[in-house]
Order: sequence, then structure tokens, then C-alpha cells
Amino acid sequence: MEPILITETYDCPGITLDQENNIFQITGRSLPEDVYTFYDPIIVWMTEYAKQPNPETVFDFKFIYFNTATSKIILDILTLMEQMNETGHKVLVRWHYLKDDEDMKDAGEEYSGMVEVPFELISHQI
Amino acid sequence: MVPEEFNSGYLNFVYDFYKTMKAKEIKIVYEGVITHQIIKAFIALSEAQMEQTGESARVQRIVFHVMVECLQNISKHACPVNNNESEKSRGIFLVSRQTEYFCITTGNIIVSENIQKLKGALDQVNSLNRDELTELYKHQMKEGRISEKGGAGLGFIDIGRKTGNPLEYSFLNVSETHSFFVLTIRVSRET
Repeated sequence: MEPILITETYDCPGITLDQENNIFQITGRSLPEDVYTFYDPIIVWMTEYAKQPNPETVFDFKFIYFNTATSKIILDILTLMEQMNETGHKVLVRWHYLKDDEDMKDAGEEYSGMVEVPFELISHQI
Repeated sequence: MVPEEFNSGYLNFVYDFYKTMKAKEIKIVYEGVITHQIIKAFIALSEAQMEQTGESARVQRIVFHVMVECLQNISKHACPVNNNESEKSRGIFLVSRQTEYFCITTGNIIVSENIQKLKGALDQVNSLNRDELTELYKHQMKEGRISEKGGAGLGFIDIGRKTGNPLEYSFLNVSETHSFFVLTIRVSRET
């Protein structure tokens, strides 16, 4: 599949979805003007990828901020990871947060309880 | 030369306005159409102001979040009287810094038919504790469809649990069909 490479901006995250190099990550802030327009291609790509994923998929979430409209999209992505997991593919979600950002840590914990996917919470020094 | 309008009370108005803003520590005030560009400008401005006054990282993050959610609400839901397109997404927006709180206030016109629904959502948030709000949030994320306007009904719930303060609101009847909806969110400053 053609990779998706989006450069991070003030209000939209950087996104890499690259099957060949096995890199899957979202990084930065997410408060797009229209979550649908921004994330539709991502969901379409991931849905397609989930049909024939790599033997092992590690998805790194490195959000600094996301709005509530984005939170639903994150769950959609995680649900696709769950499907891969159910069809016997190895998956791992790595949820990164800044050490002092309790809310971002809590969000990771909440998501990890909502989907059947191996989840790692990774704290970073500022 | 002093413009004509300054002689007719305008100068006094500006000075009174200046004094009020200073006294009430109003950091940002805006009336007009709220576009995505304006939202970005305000959150950047507010970030810079908070950085300067040395607010804690958590307070900064919560104020940022409340601003994003409230402003995106107006840009998506504010409804013009008489279906005047140029009045769409229009509202007033205020941020003030008090000793113990940041106050983020928005005001916008809504169709009065929506009052009950809105009031129901706000009262529900105000009646729940943090854990209950988290459960409701998770439930809404799973079950709630994102509306065509892009909101998922999650904003109020998340503001409630992140600030830990009640959502203060009121509705003012402005015509037979429309009302002015005012919402104030307090974000406690850590001292």
C-alpha cells in the first residue's frame, strides 16, 4: 500500500502509515477544523491495511493534545487494531505521554480498557 | 486631530471599557464570526499569555482544551437569527483571569427549540462525579456517532471532568424563536 505521510502543523498531527517500513505513528496536536476531512483517509487506509497487515504492527500514539472530536477517531483506529489482533496478527499500541501530563496518561489507560489490544504506556521527560 | 466620534462619548466609552477590562482582568474579548483561523489565533495568544504569567503546565493544558472545545462549539453550532448566513458561527468570547480561576465565557444565539436538549446535557454533566463522567465519556465515544457537524457530544462531558467545576449557563430569550446561550467554565489555578 502507498504510505501516508502527513507533516505536523499547529492544529493537525503528523501521521506516518508505512506498511513497507513498518512504521505507524501519530504525533503532535489534533484539533482539525473538520475531523472527518482530516481523518477519513487515515481510517480508509487502516481499514484496508487491517485486511492484510504485517506480521507485527506497532502503532505509536504521541499526542501532545487532542480535542474530543478526535478522541472518537482514536477509538476507531484502536478498534481496527483490535480486529487485527482478533484475526491472529501481532499488534501493540504504544501510548506516549509527557511525564507531567496526567490527563494524557489517563486517556491511554482508558483506551487500553476499551479495546482488546496489548497496550504500553510510555512516559517521557519534558 | 481628534476624530469627531471621539468627542461624542466614544473616548469615554473606550476608556471605561479599558478600565473594566483591567479591573476584571479580561485577557481576551472577541465578538464576531468564529472561524478555525480565529480559534487558532486565540489559543496561540492565550498560550503565550499563560506562559508569560507562569501558569502551571496542567492549568495551561486545561485552559487550552476548554477554549478549543467552546470555540469549536460556537463555530459549529451558533445559529443566526433570520437565517442570515453572515451571522452564522457568530458569538462572543471572553477569557478572564481571577485570583483563583480562569473564566472562559462564550455567548451565542441558538434556536430556542434546542434549549431543553442543551440544558439536559449540561445538567447531566453537573450531576455526575469525575468517575461517572469518565464512564459516560467512554460510553459516548463507543456509542455516539459523530454528528454531521463533527461534534460527538463529548465536549461538555470532558470539560466537566477535566475542570472538576460545574458548567455555569443561562439562556436569554431574544426573540420568539431564538435565545442567547451563555456558558462559563472555570478552570482553577493552582497556587
